[in-house]
Amino acid sequence: MKRLLQIEFIKLWNSRSSKILIGAYFVLLCLITLIAAIKFDIGSIHFNLAEQGIFNFPYIWHLNTFIAAFLKIFLAVVIVSMMSNEYSNKTIKQNLIDGLSKKEFVLSKFLTVVVFSVISTIFIAVVTLILGLIYSDFKTFSIITTDIDYLFAYFIKLVGFFSFCLFLGVLIKRSAFALGFLILWQIIEGITYGVLKKYVFTEGNTTDYIMDLFPLNSMSNLLKEPVSKFGAVKAVANQVGETFTKDYGTHWYEYFIVIVWTLIFVYGSLALLKKRDL
Amino acid sequence: MNTILTINNLTKKFGRLTAVNNLSFTIEKGNVYGILGPNGSGKSTTLGIVLNVVNKTSGDFQWFNGEESTNNALKKVGAIIERPNFYPYMTAAANLNLVCKIKGVPANKVEEKLRLVELWDRRDDKFKTFSLGMKQRLAIASALLNDPEILILDEPTNGLDPQGIHQIRELIKQIAQTGTTILLASHLLDEVEKVCSHVVIMRKGVKLYSGRVDEMIASFGFFELKSENQELLLTTLKENPAFGNVSHQNDYIKVILNEDVTATEMNKFLFEKGIILSHLVKRKESLEEQFLQLTANQQ
Repeated sequence: MKRLLQIEFIKLWNSRSSKILIGAYFVLLCLITLIAAIKFDIGSIHFNLAEQGIFNFPYIWHLNTFIAAFLKIFLAVVIVSMMSNEYSNKTIKQNLIDGLSKKEFVLSKFLTVVVFSVISTIFIAVVTLILGLIYSDFKTFSIITTDIDYLFAYFIKLVGFFSFCLFLGVLIKRSAFALGFLILWQIIEGITYGVLKKYVFTEGNTTDYIMDLFPLNSMSNLLKEPVSKFGAVKAVANQVGETFTKDYGTHWYEYFIVIVWTLIFVYGSLALLKKRDL
Repeated sequence: MNTILTINNLTKKFGRLTAVNNLSFTIEKGNVYGILGPNGSGKSTTLGIVLNVVNKTSGDFQWFNGEESTNNALKKVGAIIERPNFYPYMTAAANLNLVCKIKGVPANKVEEKLRLVELWDRRDDKFKTFSLGMKQRLAIASALLNDPEILILDEPTNGLDPQGIHQIRELIKQIAQTGTTILLASHLLDEVEKVCSHVVIMRKGVKLYSGRVDEMIASFGFFELKSENQELLLTTLKENPAFGNVSHQNDYIKVILNEDVTATEMNKFLFEKGIILSHLVKRKESLEEQFLQLTANQQ
């Protein structure tokens, strides 16, 4: 396992563009702290986001992981190209000839994805903890550790998403087209939702249940939007007569669906690789 | 037993095209083998199959008597297929370090092999800055990192300039002298003739011949003769059963031998018949002539 990670590390670390993107990703993760600096004045009202309670434990776990998850697209570019470049440089062929098995090849990529996700999760955990300890109104241990499972959801979400990127890299073999397909797939899921809702299951929640099974939708279900949960937003909504009754937690079956997709993507990559002549 | 590779009834179909058809041969340790055939005869496909990058349709192959899985066996093999494939953004040394990791050999081999192919001075330059000849030499260095049991080269001089071709051939000879088994696929007959002791000849995916180069066609060679009186020479030769086919070729008369006849015997025989030669050469068929004869026979 260490050998497979070393192999992938040599490939990534010698590439300047990968290094820059990976560096940019982790710098941006740190920059989440800058939300604390958002201040503006509307007439006599002085507004500072950090003082509005958005950095309160346990809410901050949800907020930060949700925001950080958007940045994953930077690593997605690295991951798609680390797979598709093996095809365009034909180095995958040479790797196999040199004695790497197809299973080891896929495993080395998947392990790298897991390592990226672990590091990213640790990063966001530390950033969140520091922000919370500075700005949170509640700092008891039990409150800090409440809802910490959002970190786990974040981790599973990253692994699932990056596995999807790996699979697209193998399937399409060209990084630009694979990334294009990723965006296209997001649109396809959107259109499917619209069509099902309007023409097939016009009543009830059937469409939502079906959409929960789609890869990108299931990944976004792991971290639901936290904004409407925020106290200030709720207060405004109450004033205009809206009430949110939304379930913000992550359920076991939501983890399960994403883990199943991850397995499909990893074994799908291996199956494609085994089936193809290089 | 020192069998390195056994191929049994190997077949590969690409749709309706049969690229390799029921191919069988064996590679023994210590010999230099050539796989010879025109472009598209299935040489590269055969190598691709035994090197784990092309899936076979039927038949099977075994490395080292089947003692190890294919990918573990490949760690004891050095191979280059077609063009040299490396990470363009990595330096020569970094690329070879990566191969060391894959093959599980210590990184101190890198210097030794880079010096062998005379690229040590360029070790810190990126692969993409190399000329084709240098890329090919780097590929050979990479294939030799594990001191392989067998070195497999597919068209190693393809696309190189004469100087590059010469360098690669010298390198191959040098490696062959160390006792490394070599399998060289090529469509260049003289290349195979210069380097190989054994040959497998393929055409359209079918094996036409496999065995020693010098036993390829059981023949006693031929004479090229010329004299003042060509007509007399021709009729004299045709009367003697020791000579097979006698024919005019340009200014010369070509005589294919049915039995062993030395040049001295030939000269003496014709002199006694009153024919004085102005030209007498005894030759064996070149590989090219044998190859053409063999492929013609099978049509």
